[in-house]
Amino acid sequence: MINQYKFEDEPELRDLFITVDDPESHITAIETFITYRVVTKTSRGEFDSSEYEVRRRYQDFLWLKSKLEEAHPTLIIPPLPEKFIMKGMVERFSDEFIETRRKALHKFLNRIADHPTLTFNEDFKIFLTAQAWELSSHKKQGPGLLSRMGQTVRAVASSVRGGVKNRPEIFTEMNDYVEIFSQKINVLDKIAHRIYKEEREYFNEMKEYGPIHTLWSASEEDIADSLKGVASCINKCCKATEKRMAGLSENLLPILHEYVLYSDILMGVLKRRDQIQGELDCRVDALANKKTEKDLFSEEIGKLEDKVECANNALKADWDRWKQNMQCDMRSTFTNVAENNLHYYEECLATWESFLASQTVDLHVEEDS
Amino acid sequence: MEDCLAKKMEITVSEAEKRTGRNAMNMQETYTAYLIETRAVEPQSEGQCAPVDSLWRRYSEFELLRNYLSVTYPHIVVPPLPEKRADFVWHKLSADNMDPDFVERRRIGLENFLLRVASHPVLCQDKIFYSFLTQEGGWKEMVNETGFQLKADSRLKALNATFRVKNPDKRFTELKHYSDELQSVISHLLRVRARVADRLYGVYKVHGNYGRVFSEWSAIEKEMGDGLQSAGHHMDVYAASIDDILEEEEHYADQLKEYLFYAEALRAVCRKHELMQYDLEMAAQDLTSKKQQCEELATGTVRTFSLKGMTSKLFGQETPEQREAKIKVLEEQIQEGEEQLKSKNLEGRDFVKSAWADIERFKEQKNHDLKEALINYAVMQISMCKKGIQVWTNAKECFSKM
Repeated sequence: MINQYKFEDEPELRDLFITVDDPESHITAIETFITYRVVTKTSRGEFDSSEYEVRRRYQDFLWLKSKLEEAHPTLIIPPLPEKFIMKGMVERFSDEFIETRRKALHKFLNRIADHPTLTFNEDFKIFLTAQAWELSSHKKQGPGLLSRMGQTVRAVASSVRGGVKNRPEIFTEMNDYVEIFSQKINVLDKIAHRIYKEEREYFNEMKEYGPIHTLWSASEEDIADSLKGVASCINKCCKATEKRMAGLSENLLPILHEYVLYSDILMGVLKRRDQIQGELDCRVDALANKKTEKDLFSEEIGKLEDKVECANNALKADWDRWKQNMQCDMRSTFTNVAENNLHYYEECLATWESFLASQTVDLHVEEDS
Repeated sequence: MEDCLAKKMEITVSEAEKRTGRNAMNMQETYTAYLIETRAVEPQSEGQCAPVDSLWRRYSEFELLRNYLSVTYPHIVVPPLPEKRADFVWHKLSADNMDPDFVERRRIGLENFLLRVASHPVLCQDKIFYSFLTQEGGWKEMVNETGFQLKADSRLKALNATFRVKNPDKRFTELKHYSDELQSVISHLLRVRARVADRLYGVYKVHGNYGRVFSEWSAIEKEMGDGLQSAGHHMDVYAASIDDILEEEEHYADQLKEYLFYAEALRAVCRKHELMQYDLEMAAQDLTSKKQQCEELATGTVRTFSLKGMTSKLFGQETPEQREAKIKVLEEQIQEGEEQLKSKNLEGRDFVKSAWADIERFKEQKNHDLKEALINYAVMQISMCKKGIQVWTNAKECFSKM
């Protein structure tokens, strides 16, 4: 099945299996929203049970993502599907929209489960296992709104300073890479959508093309069979093209879209690293101007230096991991696209060849008789 | 078929050339002239090839030839000319008559027309046709001297006959019905085919966009770079392949178009039959009424109302001498009428017989040609699929090495 998540790291050692399915609409006095069923199966000791079933809404996923970002600012947290799609006339609660979102949410949780660090995150465990009221009360704990705002202000302040001037070369290279990658993946996303659109238009015209031959065969005698044969071939090719389209929309389009979102995430991660660096640089600069009390602050500086080193190492490791997964995903996705097209052409070839064989047999029979 | 011209003479329309000249209103115009080359097929001594004769003709002269043939042989399903203006075009093709691709396809169509006429057992023997192929100067005057335009039936007359004929041969009625259906279904098919071609073009060409992006992306990737680059190249090949594919399909469309236009030729033969039949019915009706008049005058009974009858009642009967004279005239007319009716009947029957013979010939030709065209279409599709398989097999290999 194409929409089942592909294992990245040691598949044999996987001990956490998550599915997202069964979207359900909930209507209250204030709002209407969708919840999804999240089923977890695990053999891990830290989990009290081996199977969990909970219902989550999009808001809950958003919460999880922000908790993960908070806890691991320089790890590459997988992307969530967007809040709503602006382009295209996809209505907020259309079946297509809900299904696309469900698949993306499924992907999101599984990517976290496969991440060597994130998979052991406490909030992740609570997300998977807590009942609705438990989750609500847990959400209310943790840093309040004001302190979160304070963090943001500090982050903005230090980001203005940049943390760019002392940035190690490797992160500048990463930045350059992400800029270009982001451009290219966006263009690829557009191309893929255009291909899908063109294939759909072709499919629509083909639907009309076959039946005309059948209609014609009704006024003919001698060539009626040939005409019906052509009609049947065209109809079969039409179905094959529908399959090809489905392959695109199930595989290539979601992956490219995910990596478009990933490129924004990568930019964000690099910025956060710069901010952490910036905090350190800030303190160091401030200290450079103070002639006294150097010893008092050396501990603080030490802590910040540790923080920077941790962040850098975490990012470096995660970056390598991300690149490997990206390469793997791209390889398998595009190979799959090529396979889809191969199947399409092979199916059409078989259809037309069998028609041709039937026609030339008739010709030989006519010549002999 | 053994005696037809096509066996004795090689005919080709080998070139097309743009010309400028002055038209009937002395205005400058641009038109295309076509070179017709002919060569005798009979073996020459010592393996020499017979000399090639050639002359130039423009489309309007072909039209004149066809009009002449249609009028002169109304019982024959006369082969149609290729279209005057480009129709059923999809967006990439130009609808311009001067477009080189259109001119090329028209050249082929005109050659096909000449070959069809030359291989028709009746038409190939026509002198005007032979002169068309061999006599450059004075041909137009020759055609006009035959006075064929006078023989042409007016559209109005034909339309009138179609509506009023009482007893046409059922086979012709069915044939007319068939030719209407054929025309309708082939038009529809050609229209949709053009749209399908348009869309197919779109699908292939959009894949061409991959090439550039893959190339630019490969610049920042170490391991994936080669795979991306080479895959991109295959996508370019894929995108470019559609041009030849669709050009070949255009020839298939032209084959169908010929039979679209043939439907009109079939209808013309049916119309001629209806006209002749109507003429016959009118002549019979006229004869009957004259006979009746004659009888009334002879016996003095008035069975039908007539103004003459009324006036003679009001103003007094005519004298026996006057009546005698009238009867005499009528008797002469009746005799003429009966002879005419006899010959019209014979004409009608001959027409039906020879027309139906040509229609059977046409049916066989049509079934053979259309079946072949459909087979060719399948061959084209197979070729397209094989090309697709090759490209995507290569692309898959590149992708799997990323």
